This record gives sequence, structure tokens and C-alpha cells, in this order.
Amino acid sequence: MSMSHISQEEPTKGGVSRRTVLKGVGATLGAAAFAKAIAPMTALTKETSVDEFLQKHYKELDPEAMQKVLRRLESETAEQYGAEVQIEDVRPMDGVKYGYALNLSVCIGCRKCAEACHVENNHDRSTNNSYIRVYEMEQGSIDFEKGSVDYDHEVPADGKYYMPVQCQQCDNPPCVKVCPVEATWKEKDGIVVVDYNWCIGCRYCEAACPYHARRFNWKKPEVPAEEINPVQAYLSNRIRPKGTMEKCTYCLHRTRKGKNPACLDACPTGARVFGNMLDPNSEIRYVLENKRIFVLKQDLGTVPSFFYFFDN
Amino acid sequence: MSSNDMSTNQTSSRAHVDKSKHLIGYPKFIWRSLVLATDGSLLFYAWMTLLTALALVGLNAWAHQVATGMSLTGMSDHVSWGLYIANFTFMVGLAAGGVMMVIPAYLYDDEQMHDVVIIGELLAIASIVMSVAFVVADMGRPDRLLHMMPVIGRFNWPISMLTWDMLVLNGYLIINLHICGYLLYKKFLGEKPDKRWYIPFVFLSIVWAISIHTVTAFLYSGLGGRPFWNSAILAPRFLVSAFVAGPAFIILSLQLIRRFSDFEFGSSPIRTLTSVLRVTVLINLFLYGAELFTEFYTGGSHTAAAEYLFFGLHGHTGLVAWTWSAIALNVTAALMLLHPASRSNWTVLNVACVLTFVGVWIEKGMGLVVPGFIPSTMHEIVEYSPSLVEWKVTIGIWALGLLVYTVALKIAIPIFSEKVTIRDGQLEKVD
Repeated sequence: MSMSHISQEEPTKGGVSRRTVLKGVGATLGAAAFAKAIAPMTALTKETSVDEFLQKHYKELDPEAMQKVLRRLESETAEQYGAEVQIEDVRPMDGVKYGYALNLSVCIGCRKCAEACHVENNHDRSTNNSYIRVYEMEQGSIDFEKGSVDYDHEVPADGKYYMPVQCQQCDNPPCVKVCPVEATWKEKDGIVVVDYNWCIGCRYCEAACPYHARRFNWKKPEVPAEEINPVQAYLSNRIRPKGTMEKCTYCLHRTRKGKNPACLDACPTGARVFGNMLDPNSEIRYVLENKRIFVLKQDLGTVPSFFYFFDN
Repeated sequence: MSSNDMSTNQTSSRAHVDKSKHLIGYPKFIWRSLVLATDGSLLFYAWMTLLTALALVGLNAWAHQVATGMSLTGMSDHVSWGLYIANFTFMVGLAAGGVMMVIPAYLYDDEQMHDVVIIGELLAIASIVMSVAFVVADMGRPDRLLHMMPVIGRFNWPISMLTWDMLVLNGYLIINLHICGYLLYKKFLGEKPDKRWYIPFVFLSIVWAISIHTVTAFLYSGLGGRPFWNSAILAPRFLVSAFVAGPAFIILSLQLIRRFSDFEFGSSPIRTLTSVLRVTVLINLFLYGAELFTEFYTGGSHTAAAEYLFFGLHGHTGLVAWTWSAIALNVTAALMLLHPASRSNWTVLNVACVLTFVGVWIEKGMGLVVPGFIPSTMHEIVEYSPSLVEWKVTIGIWALGLLVYTVALKIAIPIFSEKVTIRDGQLEKVD
């Protein structure tokens, strides 16, 4: 086991063997190399505050703590994006369960909804992100294998119909089941939300979602200050941190205040119907009761709150 | 075949350590072990330097990934898991594979396997370290790791399979650390290990080994939206492939240990592992075949992922070469192992082990994780290939695992072969 030219018991000054000295040198070099290797991490400490590191889960924040968090997030947005925004914690209303229906006979595939979503929810500009993907489908099939998202021609095209897909706000959401840290859950009005400050970025929910409804922040979102929508909520459209998951929230910062989701307001053909399914006089109830509706991938038992129907 | 008899009489050179001193004695033993483990030949230093350098390159790549974001990887919203989770899955299998030494040693009282069983237990430790490292490398926010801690964070147990996985992996790590630590400590004190303190844990570790890879399979098979994974055969397949990769790796380790250390043991453990491997390689191929029959005979859109994997889909053929190489490797290894030469010719055996190890790595990694995402749940085809950062981090974690394994062996072997003992409460070499 001994090395050829270094004998074990060869003392140097102070009775330390040469091998020990060499080990010390090696250890020092190793430590220096280690420090150099993790140096890029220092960039992160500028981005992540102690307060954020210690922040509790959404459900454990009392109103006072929540206010503190909201003010901190506002100042962080001002600091990092140069925009004055108001972030609220908008809670669900009693006696409300949201439903969304889409009239496939009317949708022309113009993607205005996806665009409105992009702007409303302060999506990353560089990736042109949106919670909605519009599929051009073949007449006579509802097989997505025959559909395409990257169509690039005048719409509507002959022999095609269009199917926008976003989060289905399932009553039995696979994404919520798999999250190891309860960073995503279903609120009482049916909306599945994410606590962007609790998510650990494992992307298990993205693997579990059968509708490709979740988006991951692969890098820090880029949004020019003048384009930032300043009306924001903690659980919806505030600018998401890097390395966390996000999704459609039925624009809860709007809908929980009685407004429509941005995608509905943007639709030029009136293909979208949104409302409280518990209200017998609502438009969504009319659609559910009078149209022949269906849901996507019903066989998976996810029980979506998003419905599709044809008029004719 | 050395005189590794647990009941060695205490020689006069060994100081007796009384029970109350274990609290001080045990940490001291660990420290002295580490000091001794950093002594070795030039070749050993070169090996350790190489591994350290690779691990640091990986660490640096990971630091960049944390600072910039996961955009430095080849992953996307369509293929949201890649090389990291593929390796994680494989590593859990390797950890479970170590049990193929424990079962013959303790369940069948194979004396000669008993002498080297620690090599399998230490492999389990190193593999789990790597598994956990791969999970951390895959996290978008490693700074929030504490959110996963029971009590401190919010632990979605028992619903999320990932929480089960963390529990069983860490449990397996602790069990194996205890078994190895206890046996080595007793050995170096020159005392007979007390069966009550390790036999129950050994049997627990056998059951536990099955559990870690079962739970890892459940991570995938529980997802209804991913037909390629949504198969009841996945857990059995995972286990069988673990019992291919594990023994293959251990056989190679034993060959290297025989060559580069003065740890003496006969060929019997290698023969036993070869017998295991000869069977598991075939069962693995059989289960693979059963899976493929079901996929292709049924047809329909659920077959799309398998089609992509084997033949390419709509002109996208990213995994085809990988898949067929894995099959070629596994089939070749199976044929080599069936040939009598694998019993008489070490080279044939070693080559077969390398082939099947690589084969299973491809099949359990790129061949399982990636096609689950291609086509996506909405039948879009976005291909994936790992970025340089991912390769660096992956190689770095492998290097870290080999570092842990090397140091562990370096500590364990001299103590097991009684080349290191205690004198005046200090570990010392007996030359």
C-alpha cells in the first residue's frame, strides 16, 4: 500500500510525515476548487431573500403575515422589473363553483384567447408562453394525434375545427395528488391553484397532467415594465419565480370579483361561456342543461370543470 | 476465504472499549477510518483525483443551472423529466440490486457470500447517495428542499408517491448505514457482533430493497395520463432489471477489488451472482417482450410512445438507435451468460456484465423516462436530448457515487481482512 518514493514514516520538520503534508496540500487545493465550483451560486443569494426562504405555506399565513408577504412581493417586482404593481390575496366566494364551456361550432382558431392570456397573466415574453393551446382538429375526429398546434395559415381552414385546451380544473386532479409538498391544491370554488413560493420545482404535476395544462419556469420570466399587468393576485398572475410551476387559474383575480376570464373577453366569436355552475340562472347552467356537452379524456376519471359542445 | 471469522479471539494488542465509551469511540472510529482511507498507492490517488475533478465539474455545472435556471437543460414543458430522473430511476435499482448478495448470505447462509456481503451493502449506500443527488439536481428550487421535510414542511403523505419514495430511500440509506457501521465497528473492536443488533435489520433491508424500487415504479405507473408508464408490469420489470444491474455491477466490483486490494476471497460469491444474473437477464427480456406484445398487438394511440421508441414517429427517431442498442446489449449479454464460457472464462463474464449493465441503464433511463413524454399527453411530438450541463452534472454525480463507494470500500476492506485494528483507542494498521 505504500508509495514508491514516499515512505510512511519519513518525518519532516516538526515530526510530520511528508505524506501528511501532501494530504494537507491536496485538501487545501480541493477546498479551493470546491469554492470556485459553487461560485455561480452567489447570483442566487441576490435573488432570494431570507424572508422568502422562511416564508410559510399559503394556508399557514395569517392575514397579517399575508400582507407582509404581498408588500414584499410588490417591492421585489418593483426592484426586479421596474413596475409598480398591486398584489392582492383574492379568496374564493361562498356558494360558487366555476364552470367553463366552449362552443366548438363557433371557435375559429384565431388564438386571440391564448394571446389575451399571455398579456393578462404576465407571461414570459421570450417564450411567448400562454396557458391555452389551440389545436386544429380534423373534421370527423377528436383524436389529438390528428390535431396540430403549430398551424400557420388563414383560419378557419376547410375540413378543420378548432379546440382550445387549458387547465380543466378537474374535481379529481392528478396534479394535486402527486405534489409531494402540497404546493398545489383545489380551492372551494373549483380552481386548482399553485403557491409559487412553496413549489419545489420537481415537475411531477406536469408529468401527471393529462391535458398538458401546466407550465414550468425554466428561467426567470422576462416582461418589459410597461407591459406588466399591475392588477395581480398571489395565487394567479403575479410574476412567477424561476424554477416553479404555473397554470391557468380561470383568472381568479378577475373572476372572483365577478368579471370574466381574459380569454373569454378576448374571444371574437363568443365561443366561450363561463360562470357559476351553482347558480341556476347562469349562462353556464343553461349550456350544461341544454347542450350536448362532453369533456376531454373522460375515461381517466379526472372529472373536468371544462366542457365542450357543438351547436349543430 | 480468509479467516474472516467473526469470533476471533481478542488479541492482546486490542484495548477493550467499555460500553459507555461508544459515544466517543464510534465517532472516533469513523474519523480514524476516514484518515486511513486517504492512504493509498499512486494509482489510488490518481483515481480519487480524477473522481474529485469530475465531481467538481458537475458541481460547477449544477451551480450554473441553479443560478440561471433549468433552461440550461434539454428539458421542456413537453419532456419535463430527462437524464436526471432517468439516472435516479436506474440508481434506485442499483441500490436494490445489492440485496442479491444479502439474500444468499443471510437467507441461505452462504458462508463465502457472507464474507463479501458488505460490498453489496456499501454499494446500496453509494447508490442511494446518488439517487438523492439526482433528485436534488432535478429540482427547480433546491433551496426549498426543507418544504419536503415531514413536520417542518408540508409532506403530502400518503397520497403522493414521491413522499413515499423519499421515505423509503432515506430509510434504506439509514438501515444500510447502520448494518455496515455496526459490523465494522464491532470487527475493529475485536468483538463478536450481537445478532440482535444486525440480523433483524438485515432482514428488514431485504424487504426494504424490494420496496424502494416498487415505489419508484409506482411513481410512473400511477399516472393515468401517460399510457406508456401506466402498466402494472412496471414494478416487476423495475425489480428484475435491478437484479440484473446490481449483480452485474457487483461482479465487476469484486473482480476489481480482488485485483487491486489484498482482500482475499474465493470465486464462490462471483459464481453465485452469475447464477442469479443468468436468470434475471432472461426474465428481464421476457417481461420486456410481454410489455411490447401488449403495446403493439393492441395498437391504437396508446402505442404511440412505444412506436416512437422502436421505430420513430412521424419522422422523429431520437430514441430508436438507443433502444435497439439496449436490446442488442441485453440479448448479447444473455447469450454470453448462457454460454458455458461465462463460467470458465473471466473475460467473457466481465464483458457480459458490462454489456448488460449499459443495456439496462439505457432501457431504464432514456428508454423509460423519455418516451413517457413523447408524444405528449396531447399527442405533440417534442424530442429531447440532454444538454452539456446535464451530462456534466450526471457524470459529476456518478463520480461522487464512485468516490463514496471507493472510500467506503477503503475503510471496510482493511477492517474486514483484519489489517486495521484498535490500539489504545486508535485505529492502526497492522503491517
